[in-house]
Amino acid sequence: MKKITWFVVVVLIAAFMAGCGGSAAKGKNLKAGFVYVGPVGDAGWTKSHDDGRLAMEELDFVDESTYVENVPEGAEATRVITELAESGCDMIFTTSFGYMDPTLEVAEKYPNVKFLHATGYKTAENATNYMGRMYESKYLAGIVAGNMSKSGKLGYVAPFPIPEVVRLINAFTLGAQSVNPDISVQVLWTNSWFDPVHEKEAANTMIADGCDIITQGTDSAGPQEAAEAAGIYSIGYDSDMSMFAPKAHLTAPVWHWGIYYKDVATKIHNGTWTNDPIWWGIETGITGLSPYNEVVPQKVRDDVAKAKAAIIENDNIFTGPLYDNQGNLRVEEGVALTDGEKLSIQWFVKGVNGKIPKASQE
Amino acid sequence: MNDLITILYAAIASGTIILYATIGEIITERSGILNLGVEGIMLMGAFFGFYVAYTTESLILAILGAALIGGLMGLIHAFMTITLQANQVVSGLALTMFGSGASAFFGINMVGKTLKASFHNIPIPLLNKIPVLGEIIFNHNILVYFAFILPVIVWFIFNRTKWGLALRSSGEEPLSSEIMGIKVIKVRYIATIVGGVFIGISGAYLSVAYSRLWVEGMTSGKGWITIALVIFANWNPLIAYGGAYLFGGLTQLGLNLQKFNIAFPIILLKSIPYVFTILFLLFISLKGKRSNLPKALGESYFRESRG
Repeated sequence: MKKITWFVVVVLIAAFMAGCGGSAAKGKNLKAGFVYVGPVGDAGWTKSHDDGRLAMEELDFVDESTYVENVPEGAEATRVITELAESGCDMIFTTSFGYMDPTLEVAEKYPNVKFLHATGYKTAENATNYMGRMYESKYLAGIVAGNMSKSGKLGYVAPFPIPEVVRLINAFTLGAQSVNPDISVQVLWTNSWFDPVHEKEAANTMIADGCDIITQGTDSAGPQEAAEAAGIYSIGYDSDMSMFAPKAHLTAPVWHWGIYYKDVATKIHNGTWTNDPIWWGIETGITGLSPYNEVVPQKVRDDVAKAKAAIIENDNIFTGPLYDNQGNLRVEEGVALTDGEKLSIQWFVKGVNGKIPKASQE
Repeated sequence: MNDLITILYAAIASGTIILYATIGEIITERSGILNLGVEGIMLMGAFFGFYVAYTTESLILAILGAALIGGLMGLIHAFMTITLQANQVVSGLALTMFGSGASAFFGINMVGKTLKASFHNIPIPLLNKIPVLGEIIFNHNILVYFAFILPVIVWFIFNRTKWGLALRSSGEEPLSSEIMGIKVIKVRYIATIVGGVFIGISGAYLSVAYSRLWVEGMTSGKGWITIALVIFANWNPLIAYGGAYLFGGLTQLGLNLQKFNIAFPIILLKSIPYVFTILFLLFISLKGKRSNLPKALGESYFRESRG
């Protein structure tokens, strides 16, 4: 009897080990791991990645995908990424800027695992970074806002003063100004990606100040809720946030990560993956606008469609003359920002009322 | 001037969140029980209050529900630390983890729901006509008004009633109290449950009245600020007013400073509650003043050890 018990135990352990490491050894089916900075229920950035993860899971050769949510950026991330690599993941997606160094650090120890880091810029043999040109969709959202605002004052709840966020604020502003050159955009920093209450307070502060459209670069629906309560319009971000603000929510620039996740899984599966950094444009569908609120007139929708076609034809959003909000000419007539300049942008365009805190400019 | 009114008005509305929780924690700590589960209890209250408000559309039931769940969490802590004599720090931290996890798990379907019922502002007749002050203080909803009088009631109970005396002495000298005929265990049970009730209500105020949405982890550290604030308030419910509204105002100030293009690092503003608390502790020890820190706070009480 005892022998049988032992036998069962050994078989179970063997099966368990096979289950953990099996997929990598076979070289066929894939297992994916995701590291999230917020909760899956954030209705924003993290949810958009999780939707992408679920879309990728539909691929036949993706056996399994797991995620770890609410992972702080820094040392804790290193531990989580290591655990995912240990558990037999073939590809690990780390979806916040602060995971960059931890990702590269772990990538060095697990050469057979592919590491994909969103929003960063470092690469290694088995690691790269990926991002979409969200600024294109932000520009389109700006067109909607510029058309729908009466006061000409827009409010932008912003997380951290990093180039990514600054770039999106600029694109949104330029989009709105393409409709109405006098538009100004008030920026309030919350210094957090996800703090629904504080974000709502920031939105309320701007509403009290006369802003009649609220948008955001943060991940929670707090600002949407504030706009709905105040009876003004809003523009969401990351995911369709209309459920939080059915009357206020005009549209939202959203992520469709599934398009990229399916592509990268396919390439890893058939061995054609390379570590070239990805910065996909709106033509791939990785970003876009969520369905419009019925109050958005057809003319505005046509404006957006036209602008979108122009962007696809010739990425022309950051083309001179562009002035910063101190009045200095930053980009000469006819000159466009290079990708490198876009990625490191640390100045606001004319019409943005806000300051980039000194500490972040090192 | 208008900006100032807006800031102070918002400071009161925002400070009310931590005021309820702080009063709850002061009641609990004064009896000698340290409850580090505030963050978790607030989240449970926020979730459950929102859930009840959404399903029943009754605000009264929502508040009662949050109070109930808060009281229940308090009861768990009381049972763990008083009856089973578990370490209070560990039990409190476990409660925080449990509350964050359970509220996120059960609340997943409440994300994105909007409430029909809402707490309307009730301007107090005549008083709201006072220039400036009337606008800042006398045009809030009922929960904010109740928070105006709650600390006074609690202060009165602490210092002018037999119950208060029993509560405070249980936190100071449980052994002698028992000899004097105070049922320390019963007192501590009640204090921990009542404390949980108010912490639960603070969560419901946050989700149902203040932000009107539920998202997991929405307290984002307010429970910890509460614990700092209790020390800052020197376990005195009346000082808790100042602390709660001050900390509420600091957030608003941070946002408003930006409007005038003063780029004060918000990170620093957010850390001020903790800095103040440390300064306060420093002040006390330098001045050699006696703080109201309950002497027996955090210690298990063994009734057997009397003999």
